[in-house]
Amino acid sequence: MNLLLEIGCEEIPDWMLAGALEYLGKAIADLKLGETRLRTDATPRRLTVRAEGLVEREPDAEERVWGPAKSAPAPAVEGFARKQGVTVDQLEIVSDGKNEKYSYIRKIAGRPALDILAAALPQLILKTPFPKSMYWPGKGGPRFIRPIRWIVALLGETVIPFEIAGVASGNQSSGHRKLGASRFPVTFETYEQSLRDNFVILSADERRARIRAVPTRYKCDNDLLNTLVNLTEWPTPITGSFDTEFLTLPKEVLSTVMRFHQKYFSVETPDGNLAPQFVAVTNTDGDPDGLIVHGNQRVLRARFNDARFFWDTDQKKILADRVEDLAHVTFQAKLGSYLEKTVRTVELVKELGGDAHAQRAAFLCKADLTTELVKEFTELQGVIGGLYARAQGEPEEVATAIYDHYKPVSMEDSIPRTQSGQLLAIADKLDTLRGCFQVGLIPSGSKDPFALRRAGQGIIKILVEGKLRLPIRSLLGGDAQLEEFFLDRIRNYFRELRGFAYDEVNAVIATGWNDLIDVEDRLIALREVRPTENFEPVAAAFKRVKNILRQNDVQPSVSIDEALLEAGPETSLYRSFVHNRAAAEAAPGDYRAQLAAIASVRPEIDLFFDKVLVNASDPAVRQNRLTLLHTMLVGFSTIADFSEIVVSSKLESK
Amino acid sequence: MSSQKVPTFQENVIRLKQYWGERGCIIQEPYDVEVGAGTSCPETFLRALGPQPWRTAYVQPSRRPADGRYGDNPNRLYKHMQLQVILKPTPADVIEQYMGSLEAIGIDLRKHDLKLEEDNWENPSLGAWGVGWQVMLDGLEITQFTYFQQCGGIDLDLVPAEITYGLERLTAFLQGVDSVYDIEWTPGVKYRDVRYNDELQYSVYNFETAHVPTLWKLFEIHEGEARRLLDLCAETKDPAEKRRFPLLPTYDHVLKCSNLFNTLDARGAISVTERVGMIARVRKLAVAVAASWVEQQA
Repeated sequence: MNLLLEIGCEEIPDWMLAGALEYLGKAIADLKLGETRLRTDATPRRLTVRAEGLVEREPDAEERVWGPAKSAPAPAVEGFARKQGVTVDQLEIVSDGKNEKYSYIRKIAGRPALDILAAALPQLILKTPFPKSMYWPGKGGPRFIRPIRWIVALLGETVIPFEIAGVASGNQSSGHRKLGASRFPVTFETYEQSLRDNFVILSADERRARIRAVPTRYKCDNDLLNTLVNLTEWPTPITGSFDTEFLTLPKEVLSTVMRFHQKYFSVETPDGNLAPQFVAVTNTDGDPDGLIVHGNQRVLRARFNDARFFWDTDQKKILADRVEDLAHVTFQAKLGSYLEKTVRTVELVKELGGDAHAQRAAFLCKADLTTELVKEFTELQGVIGGLYARAQGEPEEVATAIYDHYKPVSMEDSIPRTQSGQLLAIADKLDTLRGCFQVGLIPSGSKDPFALRRAGQGIIKILVEGKLRLPIRSLLGGDAQLEEFFLDRIRNYFRELRGFAYDEVNAVIATGWNDLIDVEDRLIALREVRPTENFEPVAAAFKRVKNILRQNDVQPSVSIDEALLEAGPETSLYRSFVHNRAAAEAAPGDYRAQLAAIASVRPEIDLFFDKVLVNASDPAVRQNRLTLLHTMLVGFSTIADFSEIVVSSKLESK
Repeated sequence: MSSQKVPTFQENVIRLKQYWGERGCIIQEPYDVEVGAGTSCPETFLRALGPQPWRTAYVQPSRRPADGRYGDNPNRLYKHMQLQVILKPTPADVIEQYMGSLEAIGIDLRKHDLKLEEDNWENPSLGAWGVGWQVMLDGLEITQFTYFQQCGGIDLDLVPAEITYGLERLTAFLQGVDSVYDIEWTPGVKYRDVRYNDELQYSVYNFETAHVPTLWKLFEIHEGEARRLLDLCAETKDPAEKRRFPLLPTYDHVLKCSNLFNTLDARGAISVTERVGMIARVRKLAVAVAASWVEQQA
């Protein structure tokens, strides 16, 4: 049997459709009505689940009912039988594991799928998780994202009967608000076509294709594309234009107005500049009189005029003169104003080795927060400051640093382009982190209102990808919680973004992380050497060494007494160690060569553990032996702590 | 829109009032205390509370001191006009009715692009919030549509739909003018002729001339009076006295506080940290009035 469920709802926010569909598909599958083939679809006004191959009724089941003990008096047994609606001779005597008891196997007839669905669907639908729901029509009413206005619920040809807030399920769907009929009957088979006849394209892929089919060469922004797919039932793209005089405004401002305020795609000229055009996506079937294009052009013109008005107003007071106004802009209640933050950031840039340009950029970087344009387009903070700095004759280096200083805004985003920009970005983020941790604003779980994780990750990305050898750990000012937070971010960066194995990252970080360029070098070397024959066995041996040392709570001697070394495996391990340590020291900075040298002690270390008993009866020999192991462990652990490397259990138990 | 004569500003207002009047709304005149939005008027804020059904529509001049632009900006106004419609409880065809109102002022929706885009509403100083949309017509936001959930921190017994039309924008759209000042108010009279002086003079006052210590003093006087009345209300036990207790005048003082706060804010006299505290002070009064009102009207 086929199931068609359509929840007709007032316009659902575009970004919530995917999550709702995921839940509904899973919830229907969880009813376990057979091996169904499920398909979910959504438009702004409907959430739809279609399933094929449902069973007509669930399978029959059995349940054992326990009665009185075998020794119970006859009336009790008869009572039990009567309650089950059978005679005593239909009961059986079975042990429940402890006692022999009367019992009966009750048959439970499988309920029809129709009944199961009718009972389950109202709660199932209302349990759809939405980030922000509402109740209606009054207190105590159901909660959903917006009021439900119709419900199609069909099992085969039959309506699955139920009701939500006065809306009864049926077979009537609803079309496009303006182009389609407000009510029309559907069946499982005709559903998609009936919607199409009423100007609703059910498939998101098909709506996406319609939007992409516009002849204008626009910059495809996938987030915006998905938003528009989920905002329309019958999308039709239109191309509009604006006066070329607006092209004198920075393209950042124009694109932001189009992208974020109007949900338009911007259009590029063949040479990659901004063209005086835009693509808007309408939720209708055309614009024969050109009224829609005309209206959108007027709105955009007004927006651009606003932006120009703000730009011109802002020029009346240059950035340098705005810095003191930052005293009135709060950074964070406990951390004072942006002026105070500016003073700290300038100092920090100086401390990081920033030159005069970098320091100037630090001084000016927050001044754009007082401008009208940033108040209007907060997402352009920094960018606006950079553009104003350039327009006001600041050196290019200063302008670029300000422009870039919020970068990277995501892990995919690039880092600031110049060294001044990189130092400023690090200083700005570091100041935020230090300050917030100082006053206890520490991210926990999903709570990170100041985006501190992103700030930390940004610093790491800039240091590594900008090849800046700055002592990150020393810069954290000895705050233990901040160090732990950073360690976590560093691990995350190298694992998630750079694809290093987690045990490699742990091994390398365990021997120091003050210089992240060095961490990266060691990781690359480790990754290269790891697949070689000797490496993992040596790592397993080091883990063993570490365990032995821990168990013996060893206080190593200052040096190894060669005279106490036993001839044979112990002496050859010692010689191999001395030799390979020398080889490693001969290749400073070449971590690959050093790791290869360390790995080549494998035959001697294997032999040592095969033949030599560490716990020698002579305490002096034993102490010397432990000292040898300790010295080797320390001497070979400058690149990575090999005991962190996860090796196969076969190697470990050797 | 093409076949009909383009309506003037006042025709628009009259047609919309007519339309909603025919759908059971009580048509009222603007409330006579300064407010930032039609929502703050007792006809919305207090009537949304409690179990009594209620339908009303009124134009409310809405004052936003910080939005003043000395009459220079074509789209931003210190005082704009909202048409506020309250439908409590919300009829099931509320969006169809709303679309009908656009047709009533001559917008042929078959020829335009209408979208409902998520936009939730919150007024922290009234302890009020709801969910809804901004209604976009050919890329222009013409209406705020909100399903109220709470007023004065109280869950609403019946969820009202609030439909707020920005009358200047809507009319500028219909008349095809780029500046609100060029709107034809009535034949031969432009919006500029009627309203320019308001915009210029209130901008000068709010941004330059307003005496900050006096505004603070006024704020405290109105806050004090509201507080005094609320305390008195709490002490009133006699049911008959309770029923005639002047809560509506109390609420006027809360509205005065709210407007003074907005003026001080526009003047740059309130720091970001102070802001939070000030909003909490106004909210405390609004929440108390709402609770007393529910009790009184029960």
